[in-house]
Amino acid sequence: MSLRISTAPHAHSPVTTQRLMLYVLIALLPAAAAGIYAFGFSALLTLCIACVSSVCAEFIWQKIAKQEVRVGDLSALVTGLILGLNLPATAPWWMVVIGSFFAIMIVKQLFGGLGDNFLNPALAARAVLLASWPVHMTNYVTPTFFQAGVDAVSTATPLATKGASLMELFLGQIPGTIGEVSKAAILVGFLFLLVTGTVNWRIPVIMVGSVFCFSWLLGGSVDGALMAILSGGVMFGAVFMATDYVTSPITPFAQVVYAFLAGLIVVVIRQFGSYPEGVTFGILLMNIVTPLLDRFLPRKIYGYQKEAKKA
Amino acid sequence: MQKKTFRRGIHPLHRAHEGKMPTRNESIRDYVSDTVTISMAMNIGTPAKPCVKKGDQVLVGQVIGEAQGFMSVPVHASVSGEVTAVEQIASLGTGPMMAVTIKNDFSDTWVELNPLGSVEHVDPAKIIPAIQAAGITGMGGASFPTHVKLTFGQGKTCDTIIVNGAECETHLTADYRLMLENSVRIVDGLRAVMRATNVKTGIIAIEDNKMEAVAAMQKAVHGREGVRVQVLRTKYPQGGEKQLIEAITGRQVPSGGLPIDVHTVVLNVGTCAAIADAVIDGKPLISRVTTVTGAVRKPSNLRLRIGTITEDIIGECGGYAETPGKIFFGGAMTGICIPNDNMPIMKSTNGIVVFNERDSKSKNESPCIHCGRCVAACPIGLNPYQIKVAADKSDFESAAKLHVMDCILCGSCAYMCPSRRWLTPSFKYAKDHLAAEAKAKQAAAKGGENK
Repeated sequence: MSLRISTAPHAHSPVTTQRLMLYVLIALLPAAAAGIYAFGFSALLTLCIACVSSVCAEFIWQKIAKQEVRVGDLSALVTGLILGLNLPATAPWWMVVIGSFFAIMIVKQLFGGLGDNFLNPALAARAVLLASWPVHMTNYVTPTFFQAGVDAVSTATPLATKGASLMELFLGQIPGTIGEVSKAAILVGFLFLLVTGTVNWRIPVIMVGSVFCFSWLLGGSVDGALMAILSGGVMFGAVFMATDYVTSPITPFAQVVYAFLAGLIVVVIRQFGSYPEGVTFGILLMNIVTPLLDRFLPRKIYGYQKEAKKA
Repeated sequence: MQKKTFRRGIHPLHRAHEGKMPTRNESIRDYVSDTVTISMAMNIGTPAKPCVKKGDQVLVGQVIGEAQGFMSVPVHASVSGEVTAVEQIASLGTGPMMAVTIKNDFSDTWVELNPLGSVEHVDPAKIIPAIQAAGITGMGGASFPTHVKLTFGQGKTCDTIIVNGAECETHLTADYRLMLENSVRIVDGLRAVMRATNVKTGIIAIEDNKMEAVAAMQKAVHGREGVRVQVLRTKYPQGGEKQLIEAITGRQVPSGGLPIDVHTVVLNVGTCAAIADAVIDGKPLISRVTTVTGAVRKPSNLRLRIGTITEDIIGECGGYAETPGKIFFGGAMTGICIPNDNMPIMKSTNGIVVFNERDSKSKNESPCIHCGRCVAACPIGLNPYQIKVAADKSDFESAAKLHVMDCILCGSCAYMCPSRRWLTPSFKYAKDHLAAEAKAKQAAAKGGENK
């Protein structure tokens, strides 16, 4: 009789990396659906190009680098979908492809692949695209909702126009990137992530709360603060990008600090910056300090209590 | 009643948790085999030394291995009959161990016993020596000699004895059945310990997935002064000594310290029952309750003689239901694999779990995605993913700085890891290495002094 010998534990949770990535994909679907509903066929096309080219980029890299092909873990698909949702529906196909390849090959694989990149690939790619082709990246159109005869109209970002009502912002009847417009759809995705235990509440809630508080403080009105959290990519970024496992802190206290500071940076960039890109840079900057937060913020370890409680 | 618990931890659900279901309602039945092979190294500390030779006739309860000093307990014959071998056999740990094989004559003749009498009237000073003489070690798995636990060092005081009936491990129901069927014995054992140590509070701790056991134990403690039942929330590793103490008293055992440093002693329910047998009946520890489950035809709770061979036990449970891929002593979270089914059970074997080939396949590690599930699980509050990075590089110094020595090897992090990373095995490796290093350093320092 030959028996296997291994060290305990002999049982494992059924939740694997692949399943977690699948949960994230499912959570992204409402936002994707809302984006496609708002912007039509071109949005669907952009998302598809982003997904396919990201997975291809991962596959090609792993083949060239003679690594085990791990496309099946779905992480590249998640990156692709998030990147696609971060682009305007009008993005030219070549730009989407360049963004995907940059995200996967430069930001993720060059730094060691899944788990070792220090920036969120999709977000870093968005930042690069924005710096390279600012016109294409901000070519936001008004949602058409598949209405016949209505042509897409290019407009500026709502942060610049400040025309939309809060309800319009919440439901996504505003111009913007594919994924960020419908806050309702994002919240549905967030709820799914919470229920499945994929992410905890800390980062999204504290980051949005932090944006709200600082906007209120600097802007002086609750309406303005509500406008601030409902416009642009705050919600989408807080729920889907700031919570990226690889680039966000692990310990609870570090997560609180990370989310709080990310929110602060968003508001500072929006209020004082020349660029309406607070969320992208807020999260990217906090990605960079994540390892430091995890390392240096103190934790309570069992057995190091100062004083033993009296019975 | 308020249910207590500790911080963090996990809920091993799904198949692992369902592991308890097949044996939950299996009452304890006796099984005695043809031969037993009794190890001399069943306790932490110094192994016993065999004092019988091939051809000797022995009686049940006769000492066959003498204790070697204070950190050692004697070993007793668990059946009567002829000694057929005194030889080295493979052990579960490092290196071989001495063992005595006895052919059972099924006469079940006992040696003369010296009972101390009822708990109310026994001389307190005689209890702890009787516990050592009965060969009692921690029966929850750690095998720490019980009399050592109960002999407090200088300046140490104890105010609470905790009886561990949490049984948070997967698959195991032996303690549960014992609490249902032998509740009075457990309470008697606890009372004997309280009398011996002059401690006024005894708490029997049980998880809330075993409410029938709670009811049985509550009935057994009725009218016994200072003894009560505490219900705990079901969570792994609730039965870990440190977590149990934290849950019940709110105190934390200091790093590197022992429960007695926070004025508590933790005893397993099986240990308590064995203490009652030793004190009231004068009977040494020759049998224990073991859950046999997994891929066997008839999952059971058996009262087995110490030294019963696994193969015989599986036979008693109807044989293998599927080709076994892996067999371990203990539950799925901390169980120790056995190399073949010739292994005899020890005093600490609370379960024998058979996995089929599919469940036994080892999983490949995939990259850490920093999801933080290990950190959220760790009952000690460590950062397992960071320690793993250090341990994999054999950077034991960094691992030590990250408190790997505080790791209790409960397996919670490795259970939760979605990348199936071998966290706990790495930590065991690092801990063993660091312990060996410290020992070598100590030995070197001693050698220097002698010169």
